[in-house]
Amino acid sequence: MTSNDSITWFLACRMEDVPANGGVCVKYRDEQIALFHFARRGEWYASQNLCPHRQQMALSRGMIGSEGSEPKVACPFHKKTFSLVDGHCMNGEECAIKVYPVKVEDGSVFIGVSTCEEEVYG
Amino acid sequence: MKVIVVGNGMVSYKFCEKLRKRLGPEECGITVYGEEQRPAYDRVHLSEYFSGKSADDLLMAPASWYTEQGIRLVTGALVTGIDRVNKKIVTHKGTTDAYDILVLATGSAAFVPPIPGVDKQGVFVYRTIEDLELMTDYAKKAKKGAVIGGGLLGLEAAKAMLDLGITDTRVIEFAPRLMPRQIDDAGSRMLQSKLEELGLRIHTSTSTAEIFGEPAMKGLRFTDGTELEADMLVISAGIRPRDELAVAAGLEVGPRGGIVVDERLQTTDTSIYAIGECALYKGMIYGLVAPGYEMAEVVVSGLTEGLGTKVFQGFDMSTKLKLIGVDVASFGDPFAEGAGCRTVVFEHSAKGVYKRINISSDGKYLLGGILVGDAESYNILLQTCKNKIVLPPDPEDVILGSRGGQGDGGAGVSGLPDEALICSCEGISKGEICQAVSAGCETVDSIKQCTKAGTGCGGCLPMVKDLMVHTMKAQGKYVRNVLCEHFGYSRQELFDLVKLQGLKTYDEVLDQLGTGDGCEVCKPAVSSILASLWNEMILQKNNDTSQDSNDRFLANIQKGGTYSVVPRIPGGEITPEKLIVIGQVAKKYNLYTKITGGQRIDLFGAHLNDLPAIWEELIAAGFESGHAYGKALRTVKSCVGSTWCRFGLMDSVSFAIRVEERYRGLRAPHKIKSAVSGCIRECAEAQSKDFGIIATEKGWNLYVCGNGGSKPQHALLLATDLDSETCIRYIDRFLMFYISTADPLTRTATWLNKMEGGIDYLRNVVVNDSLGMAEQWELDMQRLVDNYACEWKAAVTDPEIRKRFTHFVNAPQEKDPSVKFEPMREQKKVADWK
Repeated sequence: MTSNDSITWFLACRMEDVPANGGVCVKYRDEQIALFHFARRGEWYASQNLCPHRQQMALSRGMIGSEGSEPKVACPFHKKTFSLVDGHCMNGEECAIKVYPVKVEDGSVFIGVSTCEEEVYG
Repeated sequence: MKVIVVGNGMVSYKFCEKLRKRLGPEECGITVYGEEQRPAYDRVHLSEYFSGKSADDLLMAPASWYTEQGIRLVTGALVTGIDRVNKKIVTHKGTTDAYDILVLATGSAAFVPPIPGVDKQGVFVYRTIEDLELMTDYAKKAKKGAVIGGGLLGLEAAKAMLDLGITDTRVIEFAPRLMPRQIDDAGSRMLQSKLEELGLRIHTSTSTAEIFGEPAMKGLRFTDGTELEADMLVISAGIRPRDELAVAAGLEVGPRGGIVVDERLQTTDTSIYAIGECALYKGMIYGLVAPGYEMAEVVVSGLTEGLGTKVFQGFDMSTKLKLIGVDVASFGDPFAEGAGCRTVVFEHSAKGVYKRINISSDGKYLLGGILVGDAESYNILLQTCKNKIVLPPDPEDVILGSRGGQGDGGAGVSGLPDEALICSCEGISKGEICQAVSAGCETVDSIKQCTKAGTGCGGCLPMVKDLMVHTMKAQGKYVRNVLCEHFGYSRQELFDLVKLQGLKTYDEVLDQLGTGDGCEVCKPAVSSILASLWNEMILQKNNDTSQDSNDRFLANIQKGGTYSVVPRIPGGEITPEKLIVIGQVAKKYNLYTKITGGQRIDLFGAHLNDLPAIWEELIAAGFESGHAYGKALRTVKSCVGSTWCRFGLMDSVSFAIRVEERYRGLRAPHKIKSAVSGCIRECAEAQSKDFGIIATEKGWNLYVCGNGGSKPQHALLLATDLDSETCIRYIDRFLMFYISTADPLTRTATWLNKMEGGIDYLRNVVVNDSLGMAEQWELDMQRLVDNYACEWKAAVTDPEIRKRFTHFVNAPQEKDPSVKFEPMREQKKVADWK
């Protein structure tokens, strides 16, 4: 992850727009970002919405959960699961997803994007 | 050491993988030359290219794998010469490359018999992805097809032609039977009749004299003077080892081709090895992938552990495959005859099943056999044969199944010796798998990762799982059948606990009975339990995010991320007015429409945002949810019954509607299908359903625990000649018993297969009330029936729920811009997987 000063935070939505323990899809310019609220642990995560397995815009509609303590999301198509901490695929596949930092201020949810995409997570 | 591999097929890939595992890039340089542009791909599953797999899906490993492994891969390069004195190879571009060890894995090419006209347009071979691409293009304008060769590859090629839309396809075989190397005449006749049912026409004992037409072929003329019209022909008459490089280099080759090797796979030059289909060992070419892998192993072991540590001793050529949906297998000596041998044959022509086993004359050992139409017992028969396991006193039981009605007593995997080869693709024995389990691999996935067993064709996976359970039990480990890491209970235990404690939401269940955040396994399982117990609207009380993704949006997600919509059409009966409404809705929202197998209409390609509006219109016309997205009752199919049909004994449509309306929305461990037939002609196919009802002169016969799908199973007769009320009560009991005891995602057939005592026990429970649960179950079911409400109606009228049907949370009006459609036959389809 790059240092904070190269990250731009954009307003994604209000907290209550995201279902507890589920996800929504956020539009940012021409991109689709999946945003997840782990209400049980009070944590927020964001990743690319595209599942790299079959290139489907679907991760925001997937079920979230944990393996050990690691938060993850399962793609609705073929149940490939990805870590929301570093984006690696947890079924031993080669593909990985990009993850983004999230912060909540006064009930508003912000997602951090880097001006230089590749630096966020490669 | 520097190793050069010529050829980049499956065996070449496997050789590189095995060698690199033992020697790193510093110890051993590896360079691979392949003449095709693509890196190695899976030729065994080549025909899947036609059923939608892309060339990339078939890759053994992408080019990047070679880079990561420090292997130099040169594609599109033909090696044209070997300078054995200076130990160098020369490519067609004139570049040279020096080697210490040269491995020829050049494979084979299609053998094209010298028939006049084989060079005409429209004549193809079936060997590489390029061949398939050429065929695909040409097939667009072809109507009649033919395949020369009725062997394994020929039938695969015929399947490919059918997949390409050439429904009039003939197979021409020179020998008197199909697959002459694998099966006997009777087996071939059975296979032929099965294939003909599927639309292929087969000419055996037929040889082709010429291919006519100019410049494109128009047909074949046979040696008996008859002709066959065809505008496309695939020749699949066998393989020819690619030995031209070896010939040019002066290495010894066989009279009919093939590079001669010894048991160490060395050619007549000790620095040069040959492996795979180009190698000729003791006069034989091994045209399957498993022996090729074994050869790769022998050479790698020779290079790393010393020559001769392992030797190639020939290979068992037993095979099992699915040809156009028909199982065919042969093992051991399939044709054994004579004094030392007795043969047992079982033939059931109506079912298209032929089984033959050859037994030693003392009745003790299995020598080999043939299976056509049903090859489920192949794995265990092969093991029995290879490991010389003593047969039971009635050897026919091994193909007929024990007829005592009490299952096979679990002989199965435990009787096998440690050296029994379980995964023949990767050469993994029972001992290696059991060892991996003992070392801590206690899931099938971890066994796959650790031993590679089951990573080839996957046919051995059921045995791998049985071995795992068996080994864990043998170690005194209680194989606890728990849901996942978040719940230390089986589904049945959890069902009872949730019921007892009256829990209503996933969060409550996780708080009271589980740990962590849950996952994609326990969330749908618990949600299903909650729905089966209370039948409340599944998207309320924050339960929406614990539903499986389809349930969460009350629709089936399809390729491309749109959804399909299936309104309930009970019993398949629908008025013209309702048909018109479906048509209007489909038109308005631009949906692809198709009749389903369950007598309903499926509307595809709906954007998430459009779902509530679509349903609002359907509900206004009197439709309700069909629950096609849920593990729930799907449809109750019916034939037309006594109201119209001159054979009908009972009004099957009315009864189907009654049954469907009683159980609609009922959620269960897996989907439930049903059907009602008005007479024994069984037009509704009730015997392939979870519960099926067939009218008799005296009432209804009730069948249970059947299913279609990948492993079809006929339903078994539970009770006969029932009046309608009794029939419903038995179904209530049966379904509640299933719902309260089955594992997650277990269909009724699998549930019954695992039940001790089988159908006799189930009958005792349901009909004779041996557990004393009948009254309770009937009450439970009645409560669920009374609680039913259409969940789509609830969804569209609840603004909070309705709000969730948007793609972008911050742009609710916009639909997913990545969805792309293409036109097809006056409708549309979604763009293909990437």
